[in-house]
Amino acid sequence: MIQEQVTPHRQKQMDHRYDAVAKVTGTAQYAAEFTGPFPAKDVTYGYVVQSTIPNGTLLSINADAAEAASGVLAVLTPFNAPKLPVPPPNPPARRNLTVLQDATVSYNGQPIAVVVALSLAQAQYAASLLTIRYKQEPAKLEFRKHLAEARSPKQPGKEPAVNHRGDTTAAFAKASVVVEGTYVTPIQNHNPMEPHSTIAWWEGEKLNLYDSTQAISGVKQSIAKLFQIPVDFVRVQCPYTGGGFGSKGSMWSHVPLAALSARVVGKPVKLVLGREQMFGPVGARPSTVNRIKLGATSDGKLVAMQHDVVMNASVLEDFTEHSAGVTKMLYKSPAVSVTEKLVEQNLGVSTFQRAPGEAPGTAVLETAMDELAIRLNMDPLQLRLINYADTDPSQDRPFTSKNLKVAYQQAAARFGWSKRPTQAGTQIEGNNLIGYGMATATYPANRSAAQAVVRILPGGRAFVGSGTQDLGTGMYTMLAQTCADSLGGLDPATVQVKLGDSTLPKAPVSGGSQSTASVCPAVQDAAAQVILKLSELVALQTASPLFGKGSSELTAKDGRLVAKNNPALADSFASIVQRNGNIPVEAMGSAEKSEGADAYTSQSFGAVFAEVAVDKDTHMVEVRRIVATYDIGTLLNDKTGTNQLEGGIVWGVSFALHEETHIDPVYGRTVNENLAEYHVPVNADIGTLDVTVLNIADTKFNPLGARGIGEIGITGAAAAVGNAIFNATGKRVREFPITPDKIMTA
Amino acid sequence: MNPFTYERAAAADTAIRAASSHGAKFLGGGTNLVDLMKYGVEHPTTLVDVNHLGMDQVTPTAAGGMFVGGSVRNSDLANNPAIVRNYPLLSHALLAGASPQLRNMATTAGNLLQRTRCYYFMDTAFPACNKREPGSGCAALNGFNRIHAVLGQTDEGAASPHTCIATNPSDMNVAMYALGAVVEVQGPKGKRSIAVADFHRLPGKNPELDTNLRPDELILGVTLPPATFAKNSWYLKVRDRQSYAFALVSVAAGLEMNGGTIKSAGLALGGVAHKPWQSKEAERALAGKPANRTTFMDAANVALTGAHGYKDNAFKVEMAKQTIVRALTLAAQGVQA
Ligand SMILES: Cc1cc2nc3c(=O)[nH]c(=O)nc-3n(C[C@H](O)[C@H](O)[C@H](O)COP(=O)(O)OP(=O)(O)OC[C@H]3O[C@@H](n4cnc5c(N)ncnc54)[C@H](O)[C@@H]3O)c2cc1C
Ligand code: SF4
Repeated sequence: MIQEQVTPHRQKQMDHRYDAVAKVTGTAQYAAEFTGPFPAKDVTYGYVVQSTIPNGTLLSINADAAEAASGVLAVLTPFNAPKLPVPPPNPPARRNLTVLQDATVSYNGQPIAVVVALSLAQAQYAASLLTIRYKQEPAKLEFRKHLAEARSPKQPGKEPAVNHRGDTTAAFAKASVVVEGTYVTPIQNHNPMEPHSTIAWWEGEKLNLYDSTQAISGVKQSIAKLFQIPVDFVRVQCPYTGGGFGSKGSMWSHVPLAALSARVVGKPVKLVLGREQMFGPVGARPSTVNRIKLGATSDGKLVAMQHDVVMNASVLEDFTEHSAGVTKMLYKSPAVSVTEKLVEQNLGVSTFQRAPGEAPGTAVLETAMDELAIRLNMDPLQLRLINYADTDPSQDRPFTSKNLKVAYQQAAARFGWSKRPTQAGTQIEGNNLIGYGMATATYPANRSAAQAVVRILPGGRAFVGSGTQDLGTGMYTMLAQTCADSLGGLDPATVQVKLGDSTLPKAPVSGGSQSTASVCPAVQDAAAQVILKLSELVALQTASPLFGKGSSELTAKDGRLVAKNNPALADSFASIVQRNGNIPVEAMGSAEKSEGADAYTSQSFGAVFAEVAVDKDTHMVEVRRIVATYDIGTLLNDKTGTNQLEGGIVWGVSFALHEETHIDPVYGRTVNENLAEYHVPVNADIGTLDVTVLNIADTKFNPLGARGIGEIGITGAAAAVGNAIFNATGKRVREFPITPDKIMTA
Repeated sequence: MNPFTYERAAAADTAIRAASSHGAKFLGGGTNLVDLMKYGVEHPTTLVDVNHLGMDQVTPTAAGGMFVGGSVRNSDLANNPAIVRNYPLLSHALLAGASPQLRNMATTAGNLLQRTRCYYFMDTAFPACNKREPGSGCAALNGFNRIHAVLGQTDEGAASPHTCIATNPSDMNVAMYALGAVVEVQGPKGKRSIAVADFHRLPGKNPELDTNLRPDELILGVTLPPATFAKNSWYLKVRDRQSYAFALVSVAAGLEMNGGTIKSAGLALGGVAHKPWQSKEAERALAGKPANRTTFMDAANVALTGAHGYKDNAFKVEMAKQTIVRALTLAAQGVQA
């Protein structure tokens, strides 16, 4: 059922990314690539030294040889590093950082020293000359052997860790069919292409950072708090971020370590993490062990759902991956019970990773749903339709817009779901077993307060600025398009865009798929204010054909103000600014959640279908095609938007088949800390992707009608692939990733 | 990485002389050695670049086989028309390895000598690895050992100085074993030929030694005997993704057919042992038999005799058997396109 049929006003789309040329020609500068405003030759290089034990205390670090090595400027250790005014943990930094303030070692790979030298090679070599002595303590590892020790999170995070509705015990007793299983998802590391990198330099008490981040204002706040300097003394710049996926959503230890080092050596310090250093110190998605029980009537109506999840957490800090969250809201079930618990481990801190909660949550719940459908001898799609939730069952309130049924229909038709072999293991092509699977995708629509500035420059060009970030996602393009559109239809390619500088108006963290939905309305507001200012100016400009007109009589169109009742009466932005003494006309804009947002749930959905071929002897899986249709509101740019959704699906395939961080059970260290052994899909692993969106505007959510799209693509895809593998082979693997050995032994 | 000197040798004997200095190493494509230097696993004092010694030719031998120079790049070898025609098994094994970029750099000699991908060997932060630090023990034994050996390993407990359950990661080497290649080397005292099966070692009591090559011996190239499996062969690699992953298990199968009967066979396994695992017994079990599933299953069982897995790699025993049967079945039908 389509709840809304508002045909939204469509922005003019840019055909290419705003920053495409800069990216392709290499002129786009990433954090570690800056060579000024300081003299380029002043740059020094920091190298983080990491612990090699999982738990204990540093007894000593002998740096004599390292300090004597050529090019070495300083070796900072917990025994000599400057003391910070407020040692962590400190709430605004949110993360429990390890910044050389004490000698405790809580995980293998923890930063324990920084070597600063004139070159990276010299710093790395000097690091190998350190003699480090520890007092080791027994470590908490192998959390799956300690599930019974799980405890509730100290702080629940974004959702309560325990949630019940209805009487599950009674409902299960009455259910005609019950399926029950344990589903496991692994630890995963984000691995953006661009490693975490920072250049820090001080100007007196003022701190400057180039930092590869998803949150310039977050970094600014956190580091000011840590060093106890006024927030305005910090400037953070990050014009381009080479991916983050959540691992750059908070400030990790290497940022203050760079700042601390810069203070010690009195020069700019560049600190770039090596790929192997990104497994531990900058967060990971925790492993989740999900016990799921579903009860249904014989005609497929869910009567009870129970989802109890236990996951690993760091001894340093609690983080809850809400994998049970989707169980509360995806289907209409009168009784639902979920619990989420943690087991402390001597591991680096867990954190949000692309679709935190929903990615593992849909992977496990949608596998269990497939098992229920098989048990009921029912088409898995039919089971979803029978239990379709028109309103949000977890909060008992309507959605601002939900059209998942249409998405199911559209994707099923494009895929050819009706040809699905109903019996597993029956569709055979040579040595291949062919299978079809489907699952539901979902991700909440988030929105936060944001600000932006819009300026009309001499000559009539527009400028838009906001302290947001572009992670490769398309934020430059969104700002250009929205600004151009809101000023009455300029050519977006002519708009000057600036982001990634904390001196710009504040915008939220680029996380939770909220940037477009939050920042673009602020741009719309700023643009409206600028039009108002232009109208006020022109009314006083005697030389203008619009002299004396009231602002309500004017509208902006094609770079001009135009009289509404007489389009022949018009004046260009350029002339108005020129008469203003060529002083740019600018206005600030802001936007926040719509009023009454609490009366609704805003959520995106999608339907994902997968076809796989599984080799009967090698058990290798080929994902031949994925067809997905998403209900994400208005898609603002086809290219950047589809790219986000396709990229998300590739992550889903990765979740299904490839990705896993392996921790050594004795030493607690990641064993596969490089991209040769930490597998993500290669081109040959991805068949054809067919992604469509419904493009039904959600104007109750925001004036653009657009919900975020950065994360939903990964959700559902893993289960769709796993369910297709079952359909192909008749084998159910309940532990991701589904590697050939697991299929063989299932 | 430690400081080191770099020398570009102009002739084999100068290269060998340069390599006689303590701590010197030959440099081929550098795709393995340079990585290990960056990780601090290898620390040569001198790198002797052997890419300019004219060892980049593939030539026919008087005996009717081929000689492959030590510096021939993996891509060039895989695409050499004579190799594609007569030794398709070798060509396919090469193409199953690494990525195009790596194959464009990797050399025949370097590939023969590439070191294990055992995590504990490659990361110096782990204190126990007999191969890297003789006598330090073996962290893999009680660690994450999914990529490790099930055949021919030394297992005397994690603390023993002899234990090593590492695997040879090469694809090319597996084909070289099935084809019966010979490694031609030159040292300060002259040249010698080593059958590839005697070139690599099992860990025995010296897991630090991968091969029987001496540090100052230069690999000139590899001699391939006259082709017997040009019409019936298959390289089958089972891996965690479609490309750019090391083998969980791989099989090089070559058959010399006489109608429906197997005249002779070459069979080697990758990913299961410290060296490519050539089963002479399995090859004998195939010879003279009809090419059918029973024969292949018998051979698979023979090849895996004595196999013993660990916590994370026990699956390899059954996986190797299934892969052998499949590879032999395909080889009997013809040759890989
Ligand atoms: C990410 C990654 C993935 C890979 N995947 C695969 C795979 O799937 N399958 C596979 O088979 N391989 C794979 N490889 C390994 C690759 O095949 C080897 O790195 C390559 O074959 C080594 O050749 P090279 O010429 O670069 O050797 P180098 O690194 O130059 O040298 C290796 C060793 O050989 C010695 N050496 C070189 N030339 C001579 C000579 N003429 N005489 C004596 N000694 C010599 C060197 O001293 C050194 O000890 C992968 C490598 C990487 C980095
Ligand atoms: S298996 Fe061999 S290479 Fe690996 S840790 Fe043990 S001794 Fe070292």
